[in-house]
Amino acid sequence: MGIASHYTASSLQQYIKKMIDLKENLVSRHLVFNEKSSKNKWIDDLRHEAIELFDQKGFPRKKDEEWKYTNLAPLLKTDYKLFPESEEISVGYQDVKQYFIHDIDSYNIVFVNGIYSSYLSNTTHEEADICVLSSAMNRMMYQAVIENYYGKIADKNESMVSLNTAFFKDGAYIYIPDNVILSKPVQLMFFSTAHESEVLYHPRNLIVLGNNAQAHIIERHQTLNAKSNLTNSVTEIHVGKNTELDYYKIQNDALEASLIDNTFIEQERDSRVAVQTFSFGGKLTRNNLNFKQKDENCNSILNGVTVIAGKQHVDHHTLVEHTAPHCESHELYKGIYDEQAHGVFNGKVYVHSEAQKLNAFQQNNNVLLTNQAVIDTKPQLEIFADDVKCSHGCTVGQLDDSALFYMQQRGIPKKEAEALLLYAFAAEVLEHVQIPQIKQRITKLIALKLGVNIDFDL
Amino acid sequence: MLKINNIHAQIEEGAEILKGINLEIKPGEIHAIMGPNGSGKSTLSSVIAGKEDYEVTQGEISFENEDLLEMGPDERAHKGIFLSFQYPVEIPGVTVTNFIKTSINETRKAQGLEEMGASEMLKLIRANAEKLGIRKDFLSRSLNEGFSGGEKKRNEIFQMMMLNPKLAILDETDSGLDIDALRIVADGVNAFRNENNAVLVITHYQRLLDYIVPDFVHVLNDGKIIKTGGKELAHELEARGYDWVIEEAAV
Repeated sequence: MGIASHYTASSLQQYIKKMIDLKENLVSRHLVFNEKSSKNKWIDDLRHEAIELFDQKGFPRKKDEEWKYTNLAPLLKTDYKLFPESEEISVGYQDVKQYFIHDIDSYNIVFVNGIYSSYLSNTTHEEADICVLSSAMNRMMYQAVIENYYGKIADKNESMVSLNTAFFKDGAYIYIPDNVILSKPVQLMFFSTAHESEVLYHPRNLIVLGNNAQAHIIERHQTLNAKSNLTNSVTEIHVGKNTELDYYKIQNDALEASLIDNTFIEQERDSRVAVQTFSFGGKLTRNNLNFKQKDENCNSILNGVTVIAGKQHVDHHTLVEHTAPHCESHELYKGIYDEQAHGVFNGKVYVHSEAQKLNAFQQNNNVLLTNQAVIDTKPQLEIFADDVKCSHGCTVGQLDDSALFYMQQRGIPKKEAEALLLYAFAAEVLEHVQIPQIKQRITKLIALKLGVNIDFDL
Repeated sequence: MLKINNIHAQIEEGAEILKGINLEIKPGEIHAIMGPNGSGKSTLSSVIAGKEDYEVTQGEISFENEDLLEMGPDERAHKGIFLSFQYPVEIPGVTVTNFIKTSINETRKAQGLEEMGASEMLKLIRANAEKLGIRKDFLSRSLNEGFSGGEKKRNEIFQMMMLNPKLAILDETDSGLDIDALRIVADGVNAFRNENNAVLVITHYQRLLDYIVPDFVHVLNDGKIIKTGGKELAHELEARGYDWVIEEAAV
């Protein structure tokens, strides 16, 4: 339906053909790729299994229930390179400094064109292992952790996950041992500078936190060359008992670039995990964010602010799976859509019969600034326990004219008044950001996106 | 200062509400506009402030010899026009302090002045809050959200004192106030006024005019000013109602 409404029948056929072309192409290229990169039989077997699965399933289509509101087809017309042809890296810190939260001391794991940049990175093996997955995979001392968690947390049956498993070359490896409160945040940065052609990147991150540990992680993907790159990223996160993780995704990529983010988190008992996603940039962004609470007294927090315009598309597709009693999840997504932007919120909360005494909250609030902007919002609760407290709600609104007049009467120009109202609308989500420098950065990005130069500082 | 000449206004594509109003306000003067419900009092204040819902079909309004009708509501505010709203709007997520800070600095920016420093701002906020008996915690609440009627009106007068306009229009600032709150608000207005600024009070009730004593009282009916007098006219209206004025005007 969606495809047909946008394209004529013959161009639809072409699209499907191109999708198939890209799929066939990827599958055939995998053979060569795997021979070149092969070092570890176990990883090879997983890659093999994954490409077979991808071959069967192919790219998600709009007829798939989970992809109903996000059409990948236009992105799949491109004949992506899997890796940039020239692997020469010529990026200085000054070129990319602005993309870091640079006013805090942090560990940095930086990739340029899919390749680890030791020059831009600041890794460690002291209080924790904060390094690169490809090398961790080849070292005996990390074998146990990798075999325990790698490929075990992500949903293998997702075709985008299997594509990543088949082709990933590198990503971050973070291991925080028991009782370690990480002394500074970790910034994961993925830059693309290759300019000869479009690239399909497959970053793969494995993050394992032990018991009674604590960490802050910031992730960002940034195209620096105005190429229509596509990133299909997979991040697997294991969170041990009584451990806290705060994870920030800052999505302000170039307007040509697209991202499919697949993040899978499993939580042990008494743990608390917050993932906060700030989506301002990119052409198409799909966030598949999956939480699995494996034991009692887990708390999962999913927050998001989306501010987009033009023909940008941002889809938050979340799943929280509660399997044990006395757990909590708290989900709050706010979106501001200008011009012809398209937002999607699809939040599923799945409550197993054992998950009694649950408290699950889900809220999605949206503001549409034009008649052409679209939001598809779909909360889904599937509850199989009888003693739970679950609430969900969604709202779609517009700016209040009487509030705008009131503010203008007090000397605040219309554009600034609108921005102030919109910022106030989104500010509730920012309250949960614990690191002030991140909050400042997000606030600046929102002001920039709303086209005003005011200090919100509310 | 403010010259209104034969103004006609309507709600967009609706019936005419103002049917030829003439009014001149000079510096140092207090004018009161009284009139029955639906006579056009609030429309007049909205038209002066520049609310877009109203369309001016005829006439002129100038402020200090500049054409007001050409300006947006924010530009009018920058020129020194302040409207105390009959129903102040709730703005969740923006605190009273930050709102007034933004308001003052945007106004100063438009006037080509430097932004006001944080400590100067704080002093001014404290001084004015104290005059109006506004508690400190009130200032960090979201603007008008969950405020009582009296708190909202007091907050309007607080903003007026902070912005120090040339012309303050008080649109039914007295409705819903108890006598103590009314006194505080009136004291605020009296402290604000001087020979260089002016006040236009729009009200149903003569009571407020015992505290803010007008130089002129105008009776508005069916979109026109039908009678103008001194402060004693307000007392007469209170005692006799509006019918006699309306009948007199019809003759």
